[in-house]
Amino acid sequence: MSTELIIALIKSGIALSVLLTNTILLIWLERKIVAGMQSRVGPDRAGPFGILQTLADAIKLLLKEQIMPLKADRAMYLLAPIIALVPSFLIFMIIPLGPDLNIEVAGKNYVVDLVGADLNVGVLYFLALSSIAVYSVVLAGWSSGSKYPLLGGVRASAQMISYEAAMGLSLVPVILYSGSLSLVDIVDSQSGNLSSPIPFLDSVVSFIPKWNVFPQFVAFGIFFIAAVAEVNRAPFDLVEAEQELVGGFHTEYSGFRFAMFFLAEYINMFNMCAITATFFLGGWLGPTFENFLPPLLSAIMPIFWLGIKIFALLFLFIWFRATLPRLRYDQLMELGWKRLIPASLVWLILSAIVLGFREFGLPWS
Amino acid sequence: MFEAFLFFAPASLIILGALIVIFAKNPVHNAMGLVMTLVSLAIIYITLNATFVAMVQMLVYAGAVMTLFLFVIMMIGVDKKEQTTDSIKGQTFLVSGVFLILISLLVYVAVSSDFKWDLWFPPVEYDVEGTPQLIAGTLFTAWIFPFEIISILLIVATAAAIALAYDTKKRNSNA
Repeated sequence: MSTELIIALIKSGIALSVLLTNTILLIWLERKIVAGMQSRVGPDRAGPFGILQTLADAIKLLLKEQIMPLKADRAMYLLAPIIALVPSFLIFMIIPLGPDLNIEVAGKNYVVDLVGADLNVGVLYFLALSSIAVYSVVLAGWSSGSKYPLLGGVRASAQMISYEAAMGLSLVPVILYSGSLSLVDIVDSQSGNLSSPIPFLDSVVSFIPKWNVFPQFVAFGIFFIAAVAEVNRAPFDLVEAEQELVGGFHTEYSGFRFAMFFLAEYINMFNMCAITATFFLGGWLGPTFENFLPPLLSAIMPIFWLGIKIFALLFLFIWFRATLPRLRYDQLMELGWKRLIPASLVWLILSAIVLGFREFGLPWS
Repeated sequence: MFEAFLFFAPASLIILGALIVIFAKNPVHNAMGLVMTLVSLAIIYITLNATFVAMVQMLVYAGAVMTLFLFVIMMIGVDKKEQTTDSIKGQTFLVSGVFLILISLLVYVAVSSDFKWDLWFPPVEYDVEGTPQLIAGTLFTAWIFPFEIISILLIVATAAAIALAYDTKKRNSNA
């Protein structure tokens, strides 16, 4: 076996363990934060501060009986949770976690890039896999052979298709700014500080890092709203509106298969925040304090910064859930098609014009 | 060895998916078989270094078109009995004729090349990667006119579809 293959296997193993550990932490964090915002205590029995509650829940779900509805379409019913889980793991593989690492093993020097795969079409890969994820919801809803899941599945597919368009369009200005579809290059293009040709403005903005969120604040807003809708979180969780649809597309799932949908939802949430951080908040960029931290600690500082950004965004997700009421279905569709998509198109044209001026100057000069 | 695996695994999935499309009784299963074929085809594109084409294949065909297919199938109703009689006269005869022509073509190619096909990856080293820059460079310079024509054609088609589906009577009664 070649070294590359071993490194790739180690990377996949690390990605798997990171995502699973994160999910356990994230579910606990969500329950705790929402509890705090609603003046409750939240889970506090299993482990210190109830941190092992998720683990206990996972074991419970694993040991539970699996119930399959009588009218279910067997093949599709079993396939749907797998389709939900696979894209969520695959999307994480393109997120750059840090700069290249130099590792010395047995006298030989290896350069390891801290990214599963640096694709030159990373953005498209992300969009393609999130469009594949729609199938899990559609199939789960349809194959359950029951009306509430079917309604949930139909809602979900319509919602995810609509918001994917806005999400893709809001990413185009960022790609124009960075000049690449590769996520590694997009992070690299955000290093350094902002600059301006006007001297007075330059002295003001030169302290601000060159993250895409500052010049592309509209795209950031559109992308983040679309991201919340894409992972079906409140206030866009009509897919699983309890009052109307019982549990939505996964009503008929129980035990481990339900846990797979649950896992996929939280991994998707984590991925969306990681993608947002990579596109708009500079990814792993941040001070590494090379001079006064030990070398090992300063080498993992980028991962630490990325983690902080991701969890700040995740806190926003949870905050939305605790604060905002659910949208009505027609309002949701109107927001997607009549507000977000036109706004992102206008913003795309504006960014293109500004970039054209920068590149080629005024057309009459 | 590894390359052979990278070819044969998706290739057999493509064939399996195509067989599901033909033989499965349930329309939803047919649609999912087609999705499997399209996604496996994207994997083949990746092994051929055409990453951009692979991603567009996944995004457009497997992602968007097939989701709409599935949507329509689910809305129209899967429970209807399948039509077993020929809708076109001599349908079976025509299809088997086309199939025979295809088979004979394959046999002719096989015989004329003395059964010496290079099924493995071509020994030539491909430096060119199917990057978006490369495709965009060709598309927006040499092929800009056809590209713009196609975009106008698509807009016309969309506008026509909306015009056909739009219920003008309803709007008049509301006014």
